[in-house]
Amino acid sequence: MIEIEGLSMDRDGVRVLDDVSLQIPDRSLTMLIGPNGAGKSTLLGLIARLLRPSAGHVRVDGLDVFRAASDAVARKLAILRQENHILPQLTVEELVGFGRYPHSRGRLAAEDRRQIADALHRANIAALAGRRLFELSGGQRQRAFLAMVLAQDTPYLLLDEPLNNLDPRQAISMMQVLRRAVTDLGKSIVMVVHDVNCASFYGDRIVAMNAGRLVAMGSPKDIVVPSTLRMIYGVDMSVHEVGGARIVQPFS
Amino acid sequence: MCALVEPRALRAGGRLLALAFVAVLAGVAFLTVGAKGDWGFVLSLRGGKLAGMVLVGVAIAVSTVLFQTVTRNRLLTPSVMGFDALYVALQTAIVFAFGAHGLAGIDPQLRFLLHVLLMLVVTGALFHGLIARTRGDLHLLLLSGVVFGLFCRSLTGFMQRVLDPNEFAVLQGLVFARFNTIEVTLLPVAGAALLAVLPLVWRLAPALDVLALGRDVAIGVGLDHDRIQRRTVALAAILVCVSTALVGPVLFLGILVSNLAYRLLASERHRDTLPAAALIAVTVLIGGQTLMERVVGLDIPLGVVIDFVGGGVFLLLLMRSQRE
Ligand SMILES: Nc1ncnc2c1ncn2[C@@H]1O[C@H](COP(=O)(O)OP(=O)(O)OP(=O)(O)O)[C@@H](O)[C@H]1O
Ligand SMILES: [Mg+2]
Repeated sequence: MIEIEGLSMDRDGVRVLDDVSLQIPDRSLTMLIGPNGAGKSTLLGLIARLLRPSAGHVRVDGLDVFRAASDAVARKLAILRQENHILPQLTVEELVGFGRYPHSRGRLAAEDRRQIADALHRANIAALAGRRLFELSGGQRQRAFLAMVLAQDTPYLLLDEPLNNLDPRQAISMMQVLRRAVTDLGKSIVMVVHDVNCASFYGDRIVAMNAGRLVAMGSPKDIVVPSTLRMIYGVDMSVHEVGGARIVQPFS
Repeated sequence: MCALVEPRALRAGGRLLALAFVAVLAGVAFLTVGAKGDWGFVLSLRGGKLAGMVLVGVAIAVSTVLFQTVTRNRLLTPSVMGFDALYVALQTAIVFAFGAHGLAGIDPQLRFLLHVLLMLVVTGALFHGLIARTRGDLHLLLLSGVVFGLFCRSLTGFMQRVLDPNEFAVLQGLVFARFNTIEVTLLPVAGAALLAVLPLVWRLAPALDVLALGRDVAIGVGLDHDRIQRRTVALAAILVCVSTALVGPVLFLGILVSNLAYRLLASERHRDTLPAAALIAVTVLIGGQTLMERVVGLDIPLGVVIDFVGGGVFLLLLMRSQRE
């Protein structure tokens, strides 16, 4: 379980995260939604100890992420950032291999190679394993970084807009992979999405943020209703029931 | 999957071997071309110079690659950031504070170690914070480096002006080494420093590969980012001491050889790029010196030529990065 307690952060004198408390249960797919600048990336960055909070705690299975050794945390949780620095000459397979660093310290054993091959396959990028990053399209790059995070094989995954740049087919196959990771492998995933339908359809739970605060939390059925969406995004969306899931029609 | 990695490793190995071969050729040419008379005498004279150039080449190449990895920027070198200007300023400050004769009394080897220690303290205090604060902002980092270098140089200039002429003469002997007059007395201690640093760099290489991925990814996979970064800057600082003590500041050689190495090896692994850059630097220095001294017979200092070519490459890369 991830326990977040009273987490706040100031950036350039502005409070961008304000007293957020939240628990992420095991074996769940949590969808983090909210308008641009709401503080979603900041929250994920804090949970993954990439940023330092002004106040508050984060514990992952009881491990205080801001105090614990970095590699101990790296075996508990993996994070995919919204943007990544590209080393042009790196091959996809080498990049994915870095996901094994917390386990292998740079010396890949047979188990590491198995995990790398598996992650390449699951992120649907195995066919391009030998390509260099500068030779890839945006969506292919995104899948390569996803594969790296999957190869880290941690119980918790934090994914900041993992569907960025993915075409509908790749997005669906990625969501299926993530869904199976939760249901079959017992992982816990927190992911940021802007597509409310994706959150509604695949999420066990939706957590909504606005202006640095949590503003709504609950099952898709609770959150995907016009009044709540209006509160989160400040825009009217009509909601329809399709095959048991709630679907929004955003453009009016 | 593994099959994909092996040929690349082989290819990198092949290219490193080829580079090593060329470097050895340059070394042999330097020792033998135009040699007349007593071979023992010629070889011992040229051998010292050769050793000096090998040390300098390796130190400049490795420190540059380390530095570029820490700053994640392939246009920077320790000299562009003012590291060697700092070294000269520190030396001058010591003469300024304790007098040239006090300084000249100390064994040169010991003096070198003292300078290394000072460098470590100052760069440790300054650069870690600077890199952290200008995170990702190339222009700010570059500007800070240039300003810092200028500051060190004008401080040096000021102190030298205030020194009395005798002390200045002593100082000049100490700090104005050049390629043509390599500080041979310092070879043993500089060589020892290099030999101590290189295994540490080699051991650090896998962590450097991770560091290069960017701070977030590096921390994400569990690298103790700040510690590795500090250690890397410290190793680079020692290497700057080695090269600057032997031949004085060389601005652009590092940029030239590191970028050639990235290009030739097409690899992001430090165990490929570090030796490649070192071999290229050694070849450029020795080959250049052989050409200048023996073939062309021109009396232009090699450092000038290298800075000219390297500076051109720097401008070219800078313009290209602007366009992208
Ligand atoms: N490096 C930074 N320095 C200062 N302020 C920042 C920085 N990064 C983000 N912010 C500010 O923090 C606030 C929250 O940003 P954050 O990136 O967490 O938003 P987000 O919810 O992820 O938005 P998006 O949907 O656009 O990705 C914003 O107001 C943003 O301007
Ligand atoms: Mg974001």
